[in-house]
Amino acid sequence: MSALLSYYQSILPKLWAGTLVTLQLSFWALLIGFAIGLPMALARIYGRGLLKALAIAYIELLRGSPLVVQLLLIYYGLPQLGIVIPGTTSAIIALGLNSAAYQAEYYRGAILAVSEGQMMAARALGMSRLQAIRHIVLPQALRLVLPALSNEVAYMLKYSSVAFLIAVKELTAMGKIAIGRSYKARETWLLVAVFYIILVNGAARLMQYVERKFKIPGLQMEEVH
Amino acid sequence: MADTKQEIVRIENLHKRYGNLEVLKGVSLSISEGEVVVVIGPSGTGKSTMLRCINLLTRPDAGGIWVSGVEMTNPRADINRARENIGMVFQDFNLFSHLTALQNVTIALTKVKGMKPEAARAKGLEELEQVGLADKANAYPAQLSGGQKQRVAIARALAMDPKVMLFDEPTSALDPELIGEVLEVMKKLAKSGMTMLVVTHEMSFAREVADRIIFMDGGYIVEDSPPDQLFTNPKSDRARLFLSKIESYHRTEGPPMGGRG
Repeated sequence: MSALLSYYQSILPKLWAGTLVTLQLSFWALLIGFAIGLPMALARIYGRGLLKALAIAYIELLRGSPLVVQLLLIYYGLPQLGIVIPGTTSAIIALGLNSAAYQAEYYRGAILAVSEGQMMAARALGMSRLQAIRHIVLPQALRLVLPALSNEVAYMLKYSSVAFLIAVKELTAMGKIAIGRSYKARETWLLVAVFYIILVNGAARLMQYVERKFKIPGLQMEEVH
Repeated sequence: MADTKQEIVRIENLHKRYGNLEVLKGVSLSISEGEVVVVIGPSGTGKSTMLRCINLLTRPDAGGIWVSGVEMTNPRADINRARENIGMVFQDFNLFSHLTALQNVTIALTKVKGMKPEAARAKGLEELEQVGLADKANAYPAQLSGGQKQRVAIARALAMDPKVMLFDEPTSALDPELIGEVLEVMKKLAKSGMTMLVVTHEMSFAREVADRIIFMDGGYIVEDSPPDQLFTNPKSDRARLFLSKIESYHRTEGPPMGGRG
């Protein structure tokens, strides 16, 4: 038992460093996902012609192909065109672009869930479409999207582990490195799994807090116990 | 009657179809300043569609619409600006659910009219006071009753100082005991001289408040008369039939209120 504990103690700093990289990857990827996903959703709902077609094509292409393929394409494919991007940045770009496609669909669902009458009332008051989207539809849609988004945060924390394929030293990669030296596969992966569980649970709590904070009084149903 | 007064709304030969269904088959109408016009008729006869065409929430297929001199149907018209002159109250209230009652009233003042927040707030409170809801300024729509929601919606529309108010079945979604408080606000508004076009099934309101009653059926305006005439001696058989159905349905409610004309 004490041998196990002292082994865990020895790899803790590495796993901690990996955790920080995992958090870093996830944070930036989610942010990129938001920055691209929301406009994509708006283009898909309110856009016409080419703009709408581009948004749909982007979403379906990114959702239709495996994340790992997208990652390898960026890391190994782009250098052939003379574009060399470091591993961590490649991982953030791949995860972010991929998340954008999924987030776009979450935002689309949430925007469509805001009743049509809200847009109608806003336009009747003289707001432009853009104003109505910004001041009336989005503030409600972004609240509605929080449960789905909390899902995306959990996925991202876990799927950022694909970055170990391109030698980014995130949590999973650090576990693999530790095993390479100790050959303690079972013990190491168990501890890595515990790290992920703690991360995902922490994120879920954070998202619950955000949901509560932005709850519209009287509107959302109270949780049934 | 209205010849000397300014024309606020003019509709000429309005047509609208949804797919194969022609909802409006050539509707013309003129409303003068201060007039209260109530639109009645069987459901599905284009009453609400006509209302929504006036502020172009629904785009007409053909015909012309003018509101206080602005040709709404002109493609170059600044529709957003023109809509500031047209207050609209919906059947389902459509209050902005993420905003308080006061914010519902002020948001268009600040974002559309460009008012300063303090000025908008003062104006908003004044409008809520007018509908008897100053004490609910900080309540969210989900915390209000249906009648209160609709009164906030009326205050929200009035805050823009519109030239005309459109009411699209404002009491149809309300529980019976809440209808009165909304009608009271509308009566007060009518007495204050607001130009109003009201689609409703509330015949007592129509009798008491309307200057003219328009009976629509099958996409046409069938009759356009003062309430006394329409209710006691309708010119068309269709209006007669419709009123007799309504009458027998409402008979249990006691004698209708007298008209004022």
